[in-house]
Amino acid sequence: MWKGNFIMIEKNKGKWIGLGIGSIIVLFFMWGSVIWGLTKIDTQMVIDSFLRFDGSNEHIIIQDTRIPRSLIAAAVGASLAMAGAIMQGITNNPLASPSIFGVNAGASFFVVLGITAFGMTSLMSFTWLAFLGATLAVIIVYSLGTLGKDGLTPIKMTLAGAAIAALFSSLTQGMLTLNEQSLDQALFWLAGSVQGRDLNILTAVFPYILTGLVASLLIGKQINVLAMGEDLAKGLGQKTWLIKVLAALTIVLLAGGAVAVAGPIGFIGIVIPHVARWMVGIDYRWVIPYSGMLGAVLLLIADIGARYIIMPAEVPVGVMTAVIGVPFFIYIARRGINE
Amino acid sequence: MDAIRTNALTLGYGEEDIIEELDLVIPKGKITVFIGGNGSGKSTLLRSLARLLKPKEGSVVLDGADIARTPTKKIAQKLSILPQSPVAPEGLTVLELVKQGRYPYQSWLNQWSEKDEKAVQRAMEVTGVKDLSERKVDSLSGGQRQRAWIAMNLAQDTDIILLDEPTTYLDLTHQIDILDLLSDLNEEENRTIVMVLHDINLACRYADHIVAISNKTIYHQGDPDTIVTPELVANVFGLRCQIMNDPHSGTPMCIPFSRGRRKKDASHARKMDA
Repeated sequence: MWKGNFIMIEKNKGKWIGLGIGSIIVLFFMWGSVIWGLTKIDTQMVIDSFLRFDGSNEHIIIQDTRIPRSLIAAAVGASLAMAGAIMQGITNNPLASPSIFGVNAGASFFVVLGITAFGMTSLMSFTWLAFLGATLAVIIVYSLGTLGKDGLTPIKMTLAGAAIAALFSSLTQGMLTLNEQSLDQALFWLAGSVQGRDLNILTAVFPYILTGLVASLLIGKQINVLAMGEDLAKGLGQKTWLIKVLAALTIVLLAGGAVAVAGPIGFIGIVIPHVARWMVGIDYRWVIPYSGMLGAVLLLIADIGARYIIMPAEVPVGVMTAVIGVPFFIYIARRGINE
Repeated sequence: MDAIRTNALTLGYGEEDIIEELDLVIPKGKITVFIGGNGSGKSTLLRSLARLLKPKEGSVVLDGADIARTPTKKIAQKLSILPQSPVAPEGLTVLELVKQGRYPYQSWLNQWSEKDEKAVQRAMEVTGVKDLSERKVDSLSGGQRQRAWIAMNLAQDTDIILLDEPTTYLDLTHQIDILDLLSDLNEEENRTIVMVLHDINLACRYADHIVAISNKTIYHQGDPDTIVTPELVANVFGLRCQIMNDPHSGTPMCIPFSRGRRKKDASHARKMDA
């Protein structure tokens, strides 16, 4: 069976070079995200909009729409993919990801609850609600997954995650049908999109996402030890509970932050860590940064593609990532069963 | 000298106690083997000695200090444990696995040192996995894989090594191979070895000290030559047997009584052979 090993980079030097090339690709698509779309824009216009802003339609689009969209897609894509990589590492579960384990759904429910029940509109309140919802989902899924004599098993955790994701999604829909006035605002946010988001949303959440990004890069070595199994990690003198709490906090910062900005976007968190492992193997010190890089590229491409499919209208980017992600998800699930 | 001792140790999951108020002494520099029936608590006891399971009551004492109050990395520098049938992450190489054994010696300030490198190389030499260092752990045969795991334990460079059924799922050749390796580690490097074994005959061959566990406590303990009797086997395993001297090692050997395919006419069988 194809295992993708032909793209495996074996040497550390190669991995550093790959990281460099990857960063250039991220920058290229960030640039592409500013340039490409319904309104024709070229590099000169982008430079001019910074140096000699003239209030023209193009300059406004560049400054208010395209640049925020580009930055948000890169940050959200990287965050979701890194959160997924950490979840897969600490749970030893190839299906773990913020969307499958209900973290995105939990964050979404709390934001919608804030909008519909309490009339909240400020970005900061969205952020805190998203963090709260993500935290709650992580705690519930982890507790349910640990119940019983045999402790935490991948299958119990996946079932708990699926149940919690379904529960929060239904509650969210329930909230929406009860309160139609705020439906529009909530739906816009729930569609899962990086378009039409103000740059202020990103700047409000950025410190948390950045903290999550740095933490996830530092935790890689600890995840390598924990991935050998709880007993072995404890035997080697790791404080496994501490690493799990730190990892959970990192996941909440990354996934909660991403959902606060862009709404729930699925499949990046599950697909990308697998691609990263194909490229750099199982060392999480590499898997995590590669996931971030590839996640940013995937969401940028999905968002650019979303502009062209039914032009002049746009497909929600969450739909694009699902179209890419579903076949891949089935592939991983089947492979997991066959082994 | 004792390597580890327990004081009134009570272990269990939830309401149910598996081991009750146990006082146990593990002699230093010897091979100690826990024997007992399925579910007797021998693995649970081993796990608690390595602080993988918190005692309900009582304590485990290592070097005069309660392990519950010793920093876990300090313990990992004195005592290593190989859990039963460990699973390496898919794609991990032998070298990467053995290197993890140096985890207790590393911190944010102390990254990989020459001492770490030497310990890793030595561990791979002693266990004979040096030629396999670039191979993936999941591609190795059962015996090679177990050697790789033991190499990880050795890289940890601890005086005490605990192993939970290190011969499970191995064929007889590799069971002997692994036990010979552990016996060498004990004799040549004076390491204290504590393990759980299923096979009472192998336990008698390799152990200096046998601890037979039954009924939530120690049924009997000591030198296999003196303590392993038909009575012990009947009480610990619920099996009637005859104990003979192993013709190869002179240690006790258990011949179980069973229905099986017994040859009713032994003299007839001999005639056939002739």
